[in-house]
Amino acid sequence: MAIPPPTASPPRTEFLAALSKVFPAERLMTGAAQIAPYESDGLTVFRSRPTAIVLPESQEEVIAAVRICHRFQVPFMARGSGTSLSGGSVPIADGLVIALNRMTRVLRYDARQRLAVVEPGVINVKVSQLASPDQLLFAPDPSSGPVCTIGGNVAFNSGGAHCLKYGMTSNHVLGMKVVLPDGEVCDLGSDSLESAGPDLVGMFIGCEGLFGIALEITLRLLPKPAVYYTLEAAYDSLEKAGDAVSLVVASGLLPGALEIMDRLAMDAADAAVGAGYPSDAKAILIVELEGTPEEVEAEKPRLTQIIDQSGAYRYRVAKDADERLAIWTGRKCAFSAVGRLSSDFIVQDGVVPRSKLGQALKEISRLSDTYHLRVANVFHAGDGNLHPLIMFDGRVQGELEKAEELAAEILNYCIQLGGSITGEHGVGLEKRGFMPAMFGEADIEFMHLLRRAVDPLELANRGKMLPDAEAPALTQHGAHPLEKAGIISRE
Amino acid sequence: MIANTPLLPTTLAEVQDAVRSLSRVVVAGHGTKSALSSGANLSMSRLQGIMEYDPGEFTFTAWAGTPIAEVRTMLAKNGQYLPFDPPMTQLGATLGGTVAAGLSGSGRLRFGGVRDFLLGVRLVSGEGRVVYGGGKVVKNAAGFDIPKLMVGSLGQYGVMVEMTFKVFPQPESFSTVAFDFANTAAAVDGLLAVASSQAEPACLDFEPPYRLWVRLGGMSAAADARIARIQQLLETRHELFRGDEEAALWRGVGEFEWLPKGYRLVKLPLVPQQIVPLENVLGQIGVLVPRRYGVAGNVAWLGWPDDAPESRLGELCEELRRPAVAITGRWERKMWGSDSQHPFANRIRRVFDPENKLS
Repeated sequence: MAIPPPTASPPRTEFLAALSKVFPAERLMTGAAQIAPYESDGLTVFRSRPTAIVLPESQEEVIAAVRICHRFQVPFMARGSGTSLSGGSVPIADGLVIALNRMTRVLRYDARQRLAVVEPGVINVKVSQLASPDQLLFAPDPSSGPVCTIGGNVAFNSGGAHCLKYGMTSNHVLGMKVVLPDGEVCDLGSDSLESAGPDLVGMFIGCEGLFGIALEITLRLLPKPAVYYTLEAAYDSLEKAGDAVSLVVASGLLPGALEIMDRLAMDAADAAVGAGYPSDAKAILIVELEGTPEEVEAEKPRLTQIIDQSGAYRYRVAKDADERLAIWTGRKCAFSAVGRLSSDFIVQDGVVPRSKLGQALKEISRLSDTYHLRVANVFHAGDGNLHPLIMFDGRVQGELEKAEELAAEILNYCIQLGGSITGEHGVGLEKRGFMPAMFGEADIEFMHLLRRAVDPLELANRGKMLPDAEAPALTQHGAHPLEKAGIISRE
Repeated sequence: MIANTPLLPTTLAEVQDAVRSLSRVVVAGHGTKSALSSGANLSMSRLQGIMEYDPGEFTFTAWAGTPIAEVRTMLAKNGQYLPFDPPMTQLGATLGGTVAAGLSGSGRLRFGGVRDFLLGVRLVSGEGRVVYGGGKVVKNAAGFDIPKLMVGSLGQYGVMVEMTFKVFPQPESFSTVAFDFANTAAAVDGLLAVASSQAEPACLDFEPPYRLWVRLGGMSAAADARIARIQQLLETRHELFRGDEEAALWRGVGEFEWLPKGYRLVKLPLVPQQIVPLENVLGQIGVLVPRRYGVAGNVAWLGWPDDAPESRLGELCEELRRPAVAITGRWERKMWGSDSQHPFANRIRRVFDPENKLS
């Protein structure tokens, strides 16, 4: 089916010489010690060694690097902070890593028109920080927001805790300037909310780097909600919390966020940041109403009534911004906090129809018992987006494989229920094998055709998203260094 | 095929056969966007009906030829709606036509447009292949986002057969305040002030010469206070609309009732800062162009006189550096100001339509 691209072994010396004409030595790294930090990403079970890393500081340098790769037929991968949880930013063996962390300029910020034009290396939360004085925000808020980059958000169509109401990254990008895998540069979209002609921006976002590199991105900013009402309800079973989600949704309310944490996840978060979650609950549901003060005030009684009906045995409401922050800090750090319970874990990102949440959670719990592996659950319940976190001991022979097997069973179950293999982490390296279970053979072949039409040599992020591509073998390396330091988390 | 006897497939396989048998494919749904479906030789009107709908999931799947009016009725029974206010629904607009034309109404402002609510699509490519993209759940990041590409594709990337949409709970009630300003610049200032505020309007339209329409949706108990807040923000002469009168008003906007006979509808995306210059140009152009600006000044709907030269519209697009698309009426072309040699679009289009037969 797939025709392997020509992979004549690249004349490495000439390739590096061409790069060195563009990049000074300190921004062209080839030594093993310099390369090591780039060998892996947020999904630490994959590791691969690139031939070199370049650190461009301008769009021209990115374009030049892509053109040199094209000339020498060397595969390349653009990378931001490397927080991908699907192995999307694991380097291509012997390929080039184009690290965009120095491309951090905000090219335009217009509060009146509510937009920002940024380079791909700009950190996600920096955008909202920039816009905050004007009471504006950038809606996509992945848990890795304090470190992940906009370029990565674009490549993987990142989500976060507020997708139910606001959608994913794709719903907040108006335009882009991109370099295609052969070095051709073009503009997609514009700075208007509306468009004429096919939605090329939407087609590019979430391509996992296969269509090229975004050089500048026009982001849509939203006015911040005037007030928040954050409620945390405690349940004596995870299923009850799952079922409560359907009740909230059926009530006609549209909360900004609907999140669930189970006992194991709460324990971890409490140990890490002292979030103060109820010590006797099997699960908690976090519901956040937001909007104008009058609107939220009018919605409160309805929410309270639903929570009472849902079998919550207790609930509390964040009294001020600090208490709200405490609830969210615990939620957002939950996965890195699980590192305290187990040094090794993998996190899945399957989606199920919302009404089947309870059923899916029950199955996960059954699988956890069968495999004798602990599974913590922290997830975007409003979207049906599960994040089961499978703990294992990598030092025990065969345990990684067992965890992978359990993860696979969960994903297949999500597909069986009519869901998706990934809600927001992307397919990357990790879930390529599951694409055929979700899409038909013809659909996947069509995706290959699209990819090859844009990139005939398959240079851009080769080996990601599409099945039957070569990939590095699984290895066990424990938590990412940034994760161990509590800076990033696997949401 | 001659244009007045289009093929009428009733199954996916028949759509494939039809596409394979035609050397050039022009698709129509109900034909409400006459500029885009004129000369259609493939009608989707027999491929209609809801295939799946579970109110608890906030999603539905339907055949592309399904009239949106039917979808609206079904959703309303469950207190749900399509927040982007798909236009021309009373005229008979279908799901497929709305996506292909890339049309969203005034409600696009609050939660996004048709692009933001389309989750999955099954289509037939120019070669007659069946392709599925996206998914049926509200959140999905697997594979290329083919549904997005279909939005505004004008039939050039495939014949859509089936689609899945996300829906939202319908606000309990709507109210609308119309504000009158002394000049265009003041009205645009007012528009920008509301758009940047925390008032969360559902719609924000500008109607020349100087009227700003602000629609609020939400809990009935909150309406009075929210209206008062907007009035404080703009401090100018205003008029309040509620109930049936209010609903009829926006229905009229969505059906383009303001467009007189003898005019052709054009969609021109732009930014609010271009309203004043465009108003100046249109004031000097020598022909009357009825118009309305939607989505907080991000789109201009123009009524171009049937007898006014098309070339002048092309020049206007060039001056504004914006593309425009024809929606109704007879034209020489469908779009102006777009890049026909776009490298990304061209590469992708070759896969969807290798024989270049999808119009």
